[in-house]
Amino acid sequence: MESSVATPPPSPPPAPAPQKPTKDAIEGSATWQLSDRIGLAICWALGLLFCAIAVAIIVYLLIQGLSYLKPSMLVTPATSGFSQSQTGGFSDALIGTLIVGTMGIAIALPVGVGVAIWLVEYGRPAGLARLTESTIEAIAGIPSIVLALFGTVIFSSTALGFLSRTSEGVVFGRSFFAAATMLSLVALPLVVASTREGLNAIPQHVREASYAVGKTKIATTRRILLPAARPQVATGAMLGLGRIIGDTAIILVLLGATQNFAPVGNTFPLNYLRGAGTTLTNFVYEASPTGNLNQPQKAYAAAFVLLLMVLALNAAVDVVHRRARKVGTWSH
Amino acid sequence: MESLISGPPPIRRLPLEDGAVATEVPPSPGGFTSAKRSIAAPRFSIRRMEIDNVSVSYADREAVKSVSIPVRQGEVLSLIGPSGCGKTTLLRSLNRLTELTRTATLSGRILLDDVDIRLIEPTLLRRRVTMVFQQPNPFPMSVFDNIAYVLREQGSRRQRKKALEPKVHSALERAGLFEEVKDNLDHPALRLSGGQQQRLCIARALAAEPEVLLLDEPCSALDPQSTQVIEDLIVKLRDDVAVVIVTHNLQQAYRIADHVAFMYLGELVEYSSATALFNSPREQRTKEYVSGAFG
Repeated sequence: MESSVATPPPSPPPAPAPQKPTKDAIEGSATWQLSDRIGLAICWALGLLFCAIAVAIIVYLLIQGLSYLKPSMLVTPATSGFSQSQTGGFSDALIGTLIVGTMGIAIALPVGVGVAIWLVEYGRPAGLARLTESTIEAIAGIPSIVLALFGTVIFSSTALGFLSRTSEGVVFGRSFFAAATMLSLVALPLVVASTREGLNAIPQHVREASYAVGKTKIATTRRILLPAARPQVATGAMLGLGRIIGDTAIILVLLGATQNFAPVGNTFPLNYLRGAGTTLTNFVYEASPTGNLNQPQKAYAAAFVLLLMVLALNAAVDVVHRRARKVGTWSH
Repeated sequence: MESLISGPPPIRRLPLEDGAVATEVPPSPGGFTSAKRSIAAPRFSIRRMEIDNVSVSYADREAVKSVSIPVRQGEVLSLIGPSGCGKTTLLRSLNRLTELTRTATLSGRILLDDVDIRLIEPTLLRRRVTMVFQQPNPFPMSVFDNIAYVLREQGSRRQRKKALEPKVHSALERAGLFEEVKDNLDHPALRLSGGQQQRLCIARALAAEPEVLLLDEPCSALDPQSTQVIEDLIVKLRDDVAVVIVTHNLQQAYRIADHVAFMYLGELVEYSSATALFNSPREQRTKEYVSGAFG
């Protein structure tokens, strides 16, 4: 077409023949401004630094943990004694961690998924939805020690006395029930956020496709949306679980500063859940040089076990995501 | 330059299979295109739906203005028009999907077998008037369960797989998908190819045994081969269900539709048989649109 134009306007000098861009020209920083290159170098360095920190923590705990951890510690409860060889292990703490994790997530998961569904799929009245959103954000921002203090107020009330040890009308307010309930609040925002993310990622036309074959909103939510959001729900649950088993403040205040189970009553398993107890975080705290037990070697051993649990959770999140990606998704 | 602008739009022609006969003579010079219609004239037509003076508004904006068209079984009805002309809104009002939009209001009447659809329970109506969407959207479950989901009661999972099998198979067969997936019925539906996914969506829509099948640009996300497979399928289905298809693709409308409704800015400009609308449009706007002057 160009040739047919009678008087071409003054054109810029002809561009050089297009060359195949090299990998360096696309990804490299050789042509960048100096400040950009310095910025890039800093980002690199910071990335490496974080990797180094993470590796250092894991390797250090691995060495320390493996040298002090004895299998017997996992099955022996803590006892009082004068030397580290006499004080037993931390089986009660390990079981305690499992209990608060299970109970906490058992509360946070259904509540969090329910709230997320309501926010994303219904969200009416809009004012209430906004209020709920900010409330959840607020909970996410509250330090867990504050939640713990609030928990003591609630669980020391006479009405909730059946959930913990009560003696002569005084409610102790310290029990697995109390701790797990407040810990579920720590996990709740993560479950809600992750589930919402999952639901929001489902294109509107998928919902409509279900309505368009005569399905109700409830049926659509149960059979289509929730299964589709399952990877994100699982992610939220695992992240929440990680936070629960890593929390110390609520354990310290609401589960008791004991290193053993202190069951209340005789009905198993309620007696354990109503009583005080401990978790790995609490054990690490007490066994550290600043704690009452001051047996740092066992602190390292317990911390190592705790770290393994958290790493396993992270790995599980990865697996869930990779599987979800394999199944595929819709285009918007 | 001149000839480039006013010439017919480039036509995506698909080879006809041997034996398929172009039943309509290509239009006379100056007419729409030289695209061939690969379909035979309808053998019969039964009026199933009646769109009677229907207007749809979103808040203050009127998206569809007093449109009246019949929808007949035995025929393919195509709604064409530029983006935003209200054709999708009209389609969605046929199974009351517009009601999901809070601000939408509808006036006029839409009859399904002489009953006003507003008197029919929406979930029931949507089983009689099912819909296929622009993007393939199989549900995140197995191929089998995608169909079984439609056959089961609301949310229930109780019905046995065995009991549903014949119906699932027949729906897949009607959508021309059974042969391709029969060994992989328990594979995730989202792993099928785009064209297969869309045919699964058609199978899903057919599983409810509807009287009317609505298709909202079902081929716009697909490659030419898959498009042809689906076009052939649509033509094959027209005797069993009344088919209404919204399309951006004029050639497609020409290839498969028996009647075409051209909409512009919410108004129905022209409704007539496909050959008449494309070859000898009555309205100036239709003529300009089908000749590619705007759109």
